[in-house]
Amino acid sequence: MQQDIAQQPEAKSVPVLVNNGQDGPNNGTSGVGGSRRLTEEEFDRYSRQMIVPGVGKDGQLRLINSRILIIGAGGLGCPAAQYVAGAGVGTIGIVDGDVVEVSNLHRQVGHVASRIGMKKVDSLITHLRGLNTLPTYVPYGFHIGPQNAAEIISQYDLVMDCTDNPATRYLISDICVLLCKPLVSAASVQKSGQLIVLNCPPTPQGRVDGKYAPCYRCCFKKPPPPSSMLSCGEAGIVGPVVGMMGVAQAGEAIKILVSALHIPSRDFSIPLERNLAQPTLLIYTYELENAVGPYSFRALKMAGRKKNCFACGENSTLTLEGIQSGTPNYEQFCSLPSPTFTLPPDERITASAYHEARSRGEIPNHLLLDTREKEHFSFGSIDGAVNIPFGRLLAKAAAIKREGGAASELLPGEVLGVTEDTPVFVVCRRGLDSQEAVEKLKELGVNNGGKRRIVDIVGGMKAWKDDVDPTFPWV
Amino acid sequence: MADSTEVPIRESETPTISITVDFYGGLDTLFGKGQHKLAIPAADKSGSPSTIGFLVTHLCETKMNDPRTDLFVLDGHIRPGILVLINEADWELEGEEAYEIQSGDNVVFVSTLHGG
Ligand SMILES: [Zn+2]
Repeated sequence: MQQDIAQQPEAKSVPVLVNNGQDGPNNGTSGVGGSRRLTEEEFDRYSRQMIVPGVGKDGQLRLINSRILIIGAGGLGCPAAQYVAGAGVGTIGIVDGDVVEVSNLHRQVGHVASRIGMKKVDSLITHLRGLNTLPTYVPYGFHIGPQNAAEIISQYDLVMDCTDNPATRYLISDICVLLCKPLVSAASVQKSGQLIVLNCPPTPQGRVDGKYAPCYRCCFKKPPPPSSMLSCGEAGIVGPVVGMMGVAQAGEAIKILVSALHIPSRDFSIPLERNLAQPTLLIYTYELENAVGPYSFRALKMAGRKKNCFACGENSTLTLEGIQSGTPNYEQFCSLPSPTFTLPPDERITASAYHEARSRGEIPNHLLLDTREKEHFSFGSIDGAVNIPFGRLLAKAAAIKREGGAASELLPGEVLGVTEDTPVFVVCRRGLDSQEAVEKLKELGVNNGGKRRIVDIVGGMKAWKDDVDPTFPWV
Repeated sequence: MADSTEVPIRESETPTISITVDFYGGLDTLFGKGQHKLAIPAADKSGSPSTIGFLVTHLCETKMNDPRTDLFVLDGHIRPGILVLINEADWELEGEEAYEIQSGDNVVFVSTLHGG
């Protein structure tokens, strides 16, 4: 941490008093959320947004007196931070332990090629200072975890979850519940994005006597098993899709601060309903295969706080102390055992052993199946490899099982010289699908009762790149 | 929205109910894009009214383009991390898998995303 948090402006999240008429002479940096005259720079800089109905001078001062924490300086965090900084939020904290890589640049608009290798937080803050020098920027160049989350989040009025893994998402939400902070959460993978505002207006843990806003756990009770989870690294991500979600996150955050919805209600005799917007999950689906439309945004109405919620519900046992001492265990909660395959050693070969056997001419006639997606395959493959994407292989296998048919149909027909004892080698991206493919082929009798060897290449094309051909374009 | 309209044709005399089903968050690649208009049997094999639990099995058996059913169901139940909404309401409020499907219902399956 490069900046003393104690030096941040003490401007707490108190709504600015309504001020009709002229300002007094009290210019400059006024005290706790009070009304003051805007500086000339502020006036010039923010005029276009201030004249929008609903913002005005008071809304602008609320932004200036607010503190936002952006967790994650990637595809969501960059566009989110850009608009939040542009809008003049007074203090902007950014948490991320990663450094800028060239593969980030197609979507992470706060980073540039000349800052590759720099901490993402520092790179993004450099970008934000170029936009607006007025806010105070606070870098946290490490990952957020159960040990430090509460301490960091407690310094802010609103949190934006721009992270990329479920364990962190549950942790952030739990801390926001306990510290009464609104949370603007978004996620995006491949061609889809999601956005939801949680815990807003914030309500103390355990209150269930009325309609209150949900937390992340109210909406998403359990994480998906890791085997079904897609990451941007593996599934890919379209820049504008994640960008759209990050921009929408900034929009929601600005709205909350301008309307002072981030302030925890103390007076529960006033029904909260008037402030409780319908909790809504925004879903954006981007269709790359269709040239034009249909544009697909859908807003799904979500239920409010759940009585039996583990985090915010009536009998919740979740505490800050517990989280810090490891209860609940977020990593464990999000990593239920996933099926793993381990084939016997004689059905496996390392990438380098396969390469050597080939160069020594030990396997002159064989079939090499590459089960990666066709997009991955299109960048390059081992000489002679035939592409049968894993999903298609499974679909074909299921069809043969269901409707009958020759198992040999699973293999490409057009390869010359393939006989019933021609060995088959299977390679995939990282070495998991290929093992399942070997199992499937054997199960359907492609091994011809043992006459044909079916062998998995251990570690997939990743191992090929690491151990055989470092120039291979692996993605 | 509906770009993959399936015309429900059933040869048997089994009474059916018409519903719409949507998939989001990657599930659309398992079932095909757009809104699915389906005619499902009004009752399961034992004669009980069709529930969401029945619909899930029915979808796996008849509608899935991809054999990786574990991306949709695990141990006979919808897998964790998939949000189910029945007529725009959280299915927990409707009785989850036991909810008896009515004609005209809209069921939405959303796989939650975590990337960023
Ligand atoms: Zn909750």
